[in-house]
Amino acid sequence: MSGNEAIARGAYEAGVRVCSAYPGTPSTEIFENLPQYAESLYCEWAPNEKVATETAYGASIAGVRSLCAMKHVGINVAADPIFTAAYNGVGKGYVIVAADDPSMHSSQNEQDSRLYAKAARIALIEPSDSQECLNFMKEAYHISEEFDMPVLFRVTTRVSHSKSLVATGQREETSVTPYQKNARKYVSVPANAYQNHPKVEENLRRLAEYGEVCVLNQMELRGNKIGVITASVAYQYARDAFPEDTSFLKLGLTYPLPMKLIRDFASKVETLYVIEELEPFMEEQIKAAGIPCAGKELTGRLYELNPQLLAERIFKTPAPRTDVGVQAVSRPPALCPGCPHRGFFYIMSKGKDYVVTGDIGCYTLGAAAPLSALDTCVCMGGGFSVGMGMAKAFAATGQKKKVFGVMGDSTFFHSGMTGAAEILYNKGNVIPVVLDNSITGMTGHQENPGSGYTLQGEIAAAIKIENVLRALGYQNIFIADPLDLFAMQKAVDGALASEVPAAIITRHPCLLIKRIPHDTGLCAADQEKCIGCKKCLKVGCPAVSMREGRCQIDATQCVGCTVCAQVCPVGAISRKETK
Amino acid sequence: MERQSALLVGVGGQGAILAAKILVAGLMEAGYDVKMSEVHGMSQRGGSVSTQVHWGEKVYSPVIGPGAADILVAFEKMEAVRYAEFLKPGGVAVINDYELPSSTIAAGLCAYPAGCLEAMEAHFRCITLDAAAEAMRLGSAKCMNVVLFGAMAKTLKLDHIDWEAVISKVVPRRFLELNLAAYRAGRAAVK
Repeated sequence: MSGNEAIARGAYEAGVRVCSAYPGTPSTEIFENLPQYAESLYCEWAPNEKVATETAYGASIAGVRSLCAMKHVGINVAADPIFTAAYNGVGKGYVIVAADDPSMHSSQNEQDSRLYAKAARIALIEPSDSQECLNFMKEAYHISEEFDMPVLFRVTTRVSHSKSLVATGQREETSVTPYQKNARKYVSVPANAYQNHPKVEENLRRLAEYGEVCVLNQMELRGNKIGVITASVAYQYARDAFPEDTSFLKLGLTYPLPMKLIRDFASKVETLYVIEELEPFMEEQIKAAGIPCAGKELTGRLYELNPQLLAERIFKTPAPRTDVGVQAVSRPPALCPGCPHRGFFYIMSKGKDYVVTGDIGCYTLGAAAPLSALDTCVCMGGGFSVGMGMAKAFAATGQKKKVFGVMGDSTFFHSGMTGAAEILYNKGNVIPVVLDNSITGMTGHQENPGSGYTLQGEIAAAIKIENVLRALGYQNIFIADPLDLFAMQKAVDGALASEVPAAIITRHPCLLIKRIPHDTGLCAADQEKCIGCKKCLKVGCPAVSMREGRCQIDATQCVGCTVCAQVCPVGAISRKETK
Repeated sequence: MERQSALLVGVGGQGAILAAKILVAGLMEAGYDVKMSEVHGMSQRGGSVSTQVHWGEKVYSPVIGPGAADILVAFEKMEAVRYAEFLKPGGVAVINDYELPSSTIAAGLCAYPAGCLEAMEAHFRCITLDAAAEAMRLGSAKCMNVVLFGAMAKTLKLDHIDWEAVISKVVPRRFLELNLAAYRAGRAAVK
């Protein structure tokens, strides 16, 4: 099982009843693995992480164990309810999974979400492999209920996506406590919050005591020379990197830290290391407690660790790197052949004074050469609002630019609607563009409020983006198939010329959606007609290349979208068959 | 038993993950502790992908750093060069003699590096095969991954595992004959 599968299994075995999440690598598969338990629990994709966190919290207040999950940056979106839930406490057990992405395999930053547990004053649990993902989930619910607080369950890409052997158990149904109104606890007006804060501190103090004896924290004594305090997957790295006779204090409950246990362990070894990825989260607290140890000055704050890097940095034993003398060229990800976003970004790449503020999703790849069609990409929903600020700055400084704020359908429902309201309300000179491909693409095809289906596979009300934009007050809405370059250009020109607030929706389903038929085919370039002008390369399609000065279309990759054919000035490319 | 590590590298969509799955299923059945790690996300869109499998009495880290892989299986020859530093000195490389230009090469921004195979051969024991041609000969380009798996299985000398039985459990029934033929072709390609 992968760590994510094991987390889903652990939640199931812990008797969880309500689960809500927004997809995000590396957390997505946790919820993709929940519908198999749909007879025992309810699970859903929420429009964003804040909504997921609130939904799961509501279920906890109502008296059932609940779960929410997100990638690290999702925790930023969800931070508001988390901090208040920490004050109010829980009904039944409430666990929030945060999946960090050291080395940014698929993320915009490598923030360390552990810091949120310290900031919100809640328990932090870190498993180091799949078996622990399952076992620790059960303990997480116990801790949440025993200490009346949300639990932050933090994993990293290598915990989530590594597979290891797992022994599963049985589901334990938890007793249902009939709901009883408790406004003193759950209505966070200042007077109540004032009373809740001391409870938070008292619960944390009790939890810290529990941490000293908790099964999640284990001392492995082997020798008295070297001791390592570690948690999460860094434990696995350190086991490989350090000598056999190294003693370990392996922590699973990492906030609050069991300082007595740490002090005791430190007294048993001559040299103490703290091994953790990203921030010196444990190290700073241990040093602040006056316990000498070494850590980040050796291991560094950047990127993922691994056993060989640890050995290099701590014992100065260089790993045997062989340089074969040939340099591989980079293989950057690109929009897939036939991707509907390509047509829109091709039009954007042609506009001289266009500024395109992008967002998080497959369409971020519109930034890649040769399209190079994005100016910014900041965060979910930022496509509209960052564009708004740039447009205001251009207006203030007399720069003539045309700003397009761009995001996908799932991102629009996630946090684009507020940006769309901002543009209208404050008269922004920005054209909002929603690239609607009917799916949450980059994370591997999850349903969303516009796609017409739920996580559990039920048919749902598909919210129409044009209805939302119209209701907000966009009077001119241009809807175009982005793979039709003429129609796409017309929509862009129409929106720019509009006297009233205008928006654009590009609509063409992602070709990877399996439940709908796609009109695919195959394009080929006539070698006689081709003049070698390379205009076809400007669309940035992985299937199109030049061989001996003539256009070549790779038949194994081409799906016949014809964008390259539409830009060919001599009509050398044609679609010849249906695949 | 000393821990062993295999690193499978290629381009998104080449099927390296299925090859790793077969390997893991066989190793589990043989009673080894096994860990596998892969990276999802951006890398699926035509990027470079890698999957690691580690096995032995007890396995701790699910990932390795430079100079730690016992075997490198490259589904594409430029990827062999990219990941060569992860191979142990004295390790073995199974390389698909197959060229897949990156988007930057296709767009004419740079050239495919020359001499990938020769460079690998100068530093490591290499087993080179044209798995794409083998797969086409068997009737489908899609079974290229299992051809490479066959070559890897032979090279790893894990002959106490009944790989044909393992493949029968992992691949769908309607593709079984094709994949068994691919597996045998891969083994036969290793002299």
